[in-house]
Amino acid sequence: MSNECKVDGGRRRLVVATAAIGGVGALAAVVPFISSMLPSERAKAAGAPVEVDLGNLEPGQMMTVEWRGKPVWIINRSPSMLESLSKLDEAVADPKSEKPMQPAYCKNEARSIKPEIMVVVGICTHLGCSPSAKFKKGSEEGMEGAWLGGFLCPCHGSTFDFAGRVFKNKPAPDNLEVPPHMYLSDKRILIGEDKKGA
Amino acid sequence: MASHTDYEKYKSDGSLQGNLLEWLDARFPATSMWRGHLSEYYAPKNFNFWYFFGSLAMLVLVIQIVTGIFLVMHYKPDASLNANGIPVAFASVEYIMRDVNWGWLIRYMHSTGASAFFVVVYLHMFRGMLYGSYRQPRELIWIFGTLIFLCLMAEAFMGYLLPWGQMSFWGAQVIVNLFSAIPLIGEPLSIWIRGDFVVGDATLNRFFSFHVIAVPLVLLGLVAAHILALHEVGSNNPDGVEIKKRKDVHGNPLDGIPFHPYYTVKDIVGVVVFLMVFSIIVFFAPEGGGYFLEYNNFLPADPLKTPLHIAPVWYFTPYYSLLRAMVWPLFGIDAKFWGVVAMGAGVVILAFLPWLDRSPVKSIRYRGPIFKTLLTIFVIAFVLLGFLGTQPPSYAFFGVIPSAPVAQVLSAYYFLYFLTMPWWSRIDKYQPEPDRVTM
Repeated sequence: MSNECKVDGGRRRLVVATAAIGGVGALAAVVPFISSMLPSERAKAAGAPVEVDLGNLEPGQMMTVEWRGKPVWIINRSPSMLESLSKLDEAVADPKSEKPMQPAYCKNEARSIKPEIMVVVGICTHLGCSPSAKFKKGSEEGMEGAWLGGFLCPCHGSTFDFAGRVFKNKPAPDNLEVPPHMYLSDKRILIGEDKKGA
Repeated sequence: MASHTDYEKYKSDGSLQGNLLEWLDARFPATSMWRGHLSEYYAPKNFNFWYFFGSLAMLVLVIQIVTGIFLVMHYKPDASLNANGIPVAFASVEYIMRDVNWGWLIRYMHSTGASAFFVVVYLHMFRGMLYGSYRQPRELIWIFGTLIFLCLMAEAFMGYLLPWGQMSFWGAQVIVNLFSAIPLIGEPLSIWIRGDFVVGDATLNRFFSFHVIAVPLVLLGLVAAHILALHEVGSNNPDGVEIKKRKDVHGNPLDGIPFHPYYTVKDIVGVVVFLMVFSIIVFFAPEGGGYFLEYNNFLPADPLKTPLHIAPVWYFTPYYSLLRAMVWPLFGIDAKFWGVVAMGAGVVILAFLPWLDRSPVKSIRYRGPIFKTLLTIFVIAFVLLGFLGTQPPSYAFFGVIPSAPVAQVLSAYYFLYFLTMPWWSRIDKYQPEPDRVTM
């Protein structure tokens, strides 16, 4: 061992610079791997609009179609279902649909283009379960007595009315999402495309 | 002890066997590793029942790795539908169960092994809490252990998606959506985790990759670190006293006995009893009454329909209850974010135990009534939280006491037990520790 070990400042600087450049290189090498886990081009391109025929959907009935891997509900609301909406303005968290959970053309009390036809993504805004239909009033569906019909999420108990509006003090923070959609004819609907708010 | 790293190299007696060992030992630390970790690793002589679970955890790890290797030979991580309209992944599990020779046995060993792993690990952790095994100088062993527990949870969660049943799908949907609650980065983060906008084929494939390659590698590394750290400082014991303080003329602890053969043989007894119980479950009750394999998972994943009742597998339910207990938004952030925070904190807080416990003694044998009472309540609270996590949120005890407030009180207790420990562990009565271990 030598008695005196002097630090060579120039060499020390080179060591630090080499380590720093190496570190930058290692970080850069991480980018492709992290990025490879994002949705691929194919996944992004998927999700073509879905065309649905409403001809057989009677008032009071609901059908489910798949769009972008998610369930989309189409409900032909009966007059009594529509009447229930205005009675619930006090009970739901966002009665006027202020939060952007629907296209502008559905920002109305019924949250739809035609009042009776509701189109909504059947995925709870809490943690993504699909709520169950509880259409009958009161205790018939095992709900509390004042229940006017709507949806119950089985996972954490959030409830929604016939316009997909979430009730107050439930885990779900937002109303159900209304997807962009448009009418191709009176009884044919296209989900996933709306010609930019037409 | 592992602190003797300077064992003399093996000298051959001239026999062929001796020559071979001498050749090996000159090139590889064979003798020193054998002695340091087995034949001259001195462990306290007073190990009791609770000390079986470390070696049993190793056994279950081996069972999981071996059965996993053979399952991968037949399993296909593919969410697309086959000609019969069944997802390929789900169908490949059914194929293993019905058509692969002994496939049902290998798969049931793996699925039962997952539950057995958590049984054994929970008991192993409880042993640490009973005897203060996390206390100085074993803090790092305990931290490695907490990381192993976290890895195990990730491993189990990702493995549960692979059969692509209803519970697989919706369980993953809920848990991945938890990340979307994180402000700002939440939504992109959950898309990054899924690799798609919904749980789908991309998610299944990456969970498969993590489950069979990434997490097991990390797990094995952590287990090695856990054991190396243990062998560096030596094992604790039911009396919580250091056996290294009293040594014989050879420098070996007076109260220590070599791990091999004494504890290898003792552990064989534990292994035999464990395998008896394990076999009974594998052969006669592999579904564990719906707790080990949930009934809804015998239905293929349907992205359009959530099962009426979804709950995690039993080993996650105490932490799931902590998650559900948070129902109030705080600081303008959604309640679900705080649920995620509570769940994560529930695990991470364990790592701080070595610094929260201020008692002058380690073992429950010499600790006072406050510790014994609070620990008993902690165990009851943990089990009750676990039970409530298996129940729907509308569950009520005896049909009258709603479960949500009960779960909230129990969750508060869970955290308060740890957070107030620096105070109550200091004021609690204690008896003086003995100088040497007792039997």
